[in-house]
Formats: sequence, structure tokens, C-alpha cells
Amino acid sequence: MTVTTDGDVILEIENVVKHFPVRGGVFRRKDYVHAVDGVNLSVRRGTTFGIVGETGCGKSTLARCIARLYDLTSGRIEFDGKDISTLSTGKMRPVRREIQMIFQDPYGSLNPRRRVGSIIGDPFAIHGIASGADRKKRVQELMERVGLNPEHFNRFPAEFSGGQRQRIGVARALAFQPKLIICDEPVSALDVSIQAQVINLLADLQSEFGLTYIFIAHDLSVVRHVSDQIAVMYLGKITEVTRAEKLFTTARHPYTGALLSAVPVPDPDQSDRREQIILVGDVPSPIAPPSGCRFHPRCPKAVQQCVTDEPALESRLGDGPDHLAACHRPMAVGENLHDFRPAIDSSERIIEVPGSLLPDDAGAAPADPVRAQAEGSDA
Amino acid sequence: MSAVPELIVEGPGTGPADVPAAKKIEGRNPWRLAYERLRTDKAAKISFGVIVLIIVLAFVAPLFTKITHHGPNEVFSNIGQNANGGPVPPSGLFWLGTDASGRDLFIRILYGIRISLLVGVLSTGVSVALGVVFGLAAGFLGGVVDAVIARMIDVLLSLPFLVVALTLAYRYGGSLWLVVFVLGFFSFTALARIVRGQVISLRQKEYVEAARAMGARSWRIMFIDLLPNVMAQVIVYASLLIPLAIVGESSLSFLGVGIPPPTADWGDMISDASGYYQFGYWWYLFFPSLALLGTTLAFNIFGDSVRDALDPRGSTYV
Repeated sequence: MTVTTDGDVILEIENVVKHFPVRGGVFRRKDYVHAVDGVNLSVRRGTTFGIVGETGCGKSTLARCIARLYDLTSGRIEFDGKDISTLSTGKMRPVRREIQMIFQDPYGSLNPRRRVGSIIGDPFAIHGIASGADRKKRVQELMERVGLNPEHFNRFPAEFSGGQRQRIGVARALAFQPKLIICDEPVSALDVSIQAQVINLLADLQSEFGLTYIFIAHDLSVVRHVSDQIAVMYLGKITEVTRAEKLFTTARHPYTGALLSAVPVPDPDQSDRREQIILVGDVPSPIAPPSGCRFHPRCPKAVQQCVTDEPALESRLGDGPDHLAACHRPMAVGENLHDFRPAIDSSERIIEVPGSLLPDDAGAAPADPVRAQAEGSDA
Repeated sequence: MSAVPELIVEGPGTGPADVPAAKKIEGRNPWRLAYERLRTDKAAKISFGVIVLIIVLAFVAPLFTKITHHGPNEVFSNIGQNANGGPVPPSGLFWLGTDASGRDLFIRILYGIRISLLVGVLSTGVSVALGVVFGLAAGFLGGVVDAVIARMIDVLLSLPFLVVALTLAYRYGGSLWLVVFVLGFFSFTALARIVRGQVISLRQKEYVEAARAMGARSWRIMFIDLLPNVMAQVIVYASLLIPLAIVGESSLSFLGVGIPPPTADWGDMISDASGYYQFGYWWYLFFPSLALLGTTLAFNIFGDSVRDALDPRGSTYV
């Protein structure tokens, strides 16, 4: 999107934790979903920071923590040199002008019973800035800026297409020219052609207003195009963070490697030649995340150390301080994950059992890895 | 001009200049859609016509007083009563006959509309105001607020409406305002529950999160973001509450604790007439009952049509 500027740090996140209680019975012990579990990030002013990860890895929760839509379980968020992690609702209000959010669902994020003009005018109304004709003028300016027809301010959201609605969301976020915009999968719900338009709009606005973006997505190619820096999340933790291009050339974490191999290549010949790394099993439950490295049950390179010790997020294999990976056995450039077999106790692994080789009952539920493993070897 | 400019709007470079004809395309405004459905509903049209007629009659009641020269509380002890002191049947003089006191039944029924509509609308207003506020607060704020409101509603539902109404009427004397508040207070519970249920599902929506992210306060989210989204259900329920309130007011008057006499009131009239029906004075009971039936039926049918129009998927309430 833009060249990485050595701007100062606008957002510093230290050890942010967000656990959601899972309601149990009176006598049951209380469980927690470890949605975000100790995340550190720093975002430089005027850049775009991409966050990728599978569904349920905690990236949206992290976004809502930064926007203080959720209270943190613990940790610290410093925005523009000010700790906002414990601000009260009232003290947070002026800060909210400077941190805005663009949401994933262009249908759900706009109130269906309110007119577009009043939706975009909401920030002004909430903070009591402009009213009457002045507000209308500013709303129409915003609409024009994001490529909407200002004459349409009297319409309802249902009268717009998905791409137009997302523009409405952008206009609303732009009202106060915030310093930071958190984009929570802003294009995931859009057609590919419309995605490009919205992304280009965001890029234009960034260079025009010097915005900083946190851009969350699960589509790696979109994030690559947009971001200066990218963090990869897995089960509430950051596994790797680096400059955008570096992530695609020298991925260190095996999870990143597997993610990258899943990016579609538009050339069929190349696509056939390329080896895809298919991870076994599903993401483990965030209620009881695996010990050590959270990726170890699915990692082809896992060793016993991965089960016992949690790897720190630090520079690996002689990388600079701008490339951090949380992995005991980082990948070297050109390394093929297919060459590796995990060297850990099989009870620690999530085993994918081919259903056809199994008796009826076992094929249905490989939930207990030990049992699935035992039956798998019987067959 | 054609509809083409509407298609271009998607493009990023579309300025205001490209879309002069866009105004011609009717939008899918949810209220307009509901209106269109209502407009093509025959039952809605007929019942709405009846309601309009009833309202007009209530307003022009004095006109009929002028025509017949009969006031609503005027007693015609000579011509309005038969030899035994009973009511006289419908005639050119008294169009729908007279009541036991020799008053013109037709004129009294007309004036009775005023009380019925007034109580129906006012008590529904009380009910909607209470139901919306408590429902929004319980659904949106949740937690302790929700628990307190839920218990309060449970207590209200366990109180027998008529016993409370009778007690209050005996203690403070029957009056229009007592009837309005008792009816409103006893009918808001169901509305509060409907609103609460809707709000609980709506508060998960991203637009509520968006409002929070912009720094909106709770009251603003409740009344500006959520209220318009529950308004359809509120209107539907309110339109069904009006006939209930009219019947409720008649019931209270029937029991002698409603609007104090001699104000013309349907419940009062039906109550008086019930003692005369067995002696063959059918019109005395028949016409006030017909008026009550017609009015509540019209409001009920119209309320049903409004529900169908606002919520085409059709769902049950309460």
C-alpha cells in the first residue's frame, strides 16, 4: 500500500489477554475461552498492519479489544502515547473519535431502519459536533469522498449494494478523520471486483489523511497487497510477525508455511507443481489450548520441547528485529515441510484418521486422539 | 431518462452529476413496503374504513344532537318512556329507541364512542410508553436491571386485574384517568416482554457495536438505534391493544367502577340494559353491544392486517 515509513509508534499492545467465561452450572468449574492470550504488537503511524489467521483464532476479538469494545482481561494498550486499556467509558469517549472501526458485514453493521444520512451523521450527533444543515453538508462531503452519490443521503441501507454499503461504513469511520482505523475483515463479504474498489478507496484515504490501519483478514493475498507489516495469529497468540514481503519469502513458522501454501495460485501449471501442505485435524478448542507451542498437535516439525516449552516471539535464524517468530524449530528458506515427521508422543498429536478404514463408530468421532490413534493402527 | 444511472453508482468515480434519474427509482424503504402490502389488503381497507367512520361519528356527535334536538344526557320522561316507565322502541323520534331513563340511545351511543376511543388510545399510549422503556432497558442493559424488571412483570402478571381495578375504584372513585392508568399498567407487561426479546437479539448486531465504537451512550443506542427496529412489533401490538382497552373500559364500566354516570358509556349502557333484556326491550342491549362489537372487531382486523404488512413472514406474538 505505502512504503514503510519510519513513523513513530501509534499503537503499542503489551501482553493483551482476553478470556471469555463459558457459563457452567453452579457446581461446575468455570471455563474460559482463551480468545486472545498474551499478544504484543506495535503499529507505526501511517502504516497498515495486517493480521491474518483462521476463523476463531482471536483476530476479531483483538480488534475489539483495541477499540475497547471489550474490556481486557489483562494487558496494556497504549494509543498515541496514552494508556487506554483501563479508561472508563466516559474517559474513553474522546479517544473513540481517533480510533474507528470498519466492520466485516456490510449488512449487519448499518442499522436497517435508519437513513444513510443519519447513519453517517452519527459520529457528529454522538459527539455533538455539527448539527442541522452543517451536519448534512459534512455528511454529503463524506459520501462524495467515498464515492457515493450525496443525493442518496435520504435512502435506507437496503437500497444500496454490498460495496456501496461498505463505503457507507468507511464514510462513517472517516467522519472525524481518526488516527487509527481498525478494519475487521472489511472486504471478506464482498465480491472480488468490489473488494478491489474498497481496498483502493482505503489506500487513497490513507495517503490523503495519513491514516493508520489495522487490517484483519483471512485472505492472505488481500493482506499481502494492503499491509506493510503482517502478524499471523493462531489460537489467540501471534506466531509470526514481519514485514509483508518477508512473510511471503522467508516464513519461519511452520503454521505460516502451511497458510502460505494454501493461497491459490492463478496459474494452473504452477499450482499443480506446487506442494500443498495440508494440516491434519482442526484447530484445538480455545477453552483448553494445547501446552507449549499451541500449534504442536498439528505441526510436522514438532519435537518434545514444543509440548513442554512455550516458544517466545523473537528473531530466529539470524533475522533482524523486524521479523519475529514464536517457534522452537523455525523453517529455513527452501525447506519442505513434507520432509518432516513429528517427534513427539502420539497422544499429543491430532491424528487424522481415514474414515473408510475404520469401524463405524470411530469414523464419526476422532475427538479423543488416543483412541483414534489406537483404532487407526488396528485397522 | 432510464434506470441505467442507478447501475453506475457502484463505480468509485461516480459523482453527483451522473445520477439525475436515480430519484425516480422507488427505494425499498421498509415502511413503504409495509404500506404497499397494507394497501392491497381488502380486510385492512374495510376495517380501516369502519375505524375512520367511527372516529368521524365521534367528532360529529353534536351535529346529530342538533338534528334530533336530543342531548346525550337529556331525559325525556314523557315521550321517551312507555306507560310502565320502560324504554321505548326505535322510531322516527328516537332512531335507536331510548334507555330506561328515557334518554336517546342513538345519541348516547355516539357520545359513547368518545369515551371508548379516548380510553383505548390513552391507555394504549401508557402501555406503549411503559412497555418500550422497560423492554428496552431490560433487554439492552441486561443483568440486574433485567432481573428486577422481569420480577416486577411477574408480580404484575400475578395480580388479578379486575380485583385491583375494583379496589382502586372503590378507594379513589372511578374516573377516566383511573381507568386509563389501570388498563395501561396492566397491559404493558406483554409489550415489555416482546420488546425485551427483540432487543436481546438485536443488541448482538454489528451496528450496535459500531455505535459503541463511535462512543454512543446507552440511551442513544436504545432509543435511536434499537427502538426503530422494534417499532414494527410495537405498532402491531399497540393496534391490538386498542380494542382490548376498549373492551376493558366497558368491562369496568359494566361493573360500575369505570367512567362515572351520567357520562354516556357503552359498558354502562350494556350493564343497565342487561336488567331489561328479559322484558323484551331488545334494542336497549342490542345497539350498544353492536357498537362495542363493531368497534373492537374493526380495530382487531386492522391490527391483524398491520401485523401481516409489517412482518410478512408471519410470527406469533405474546
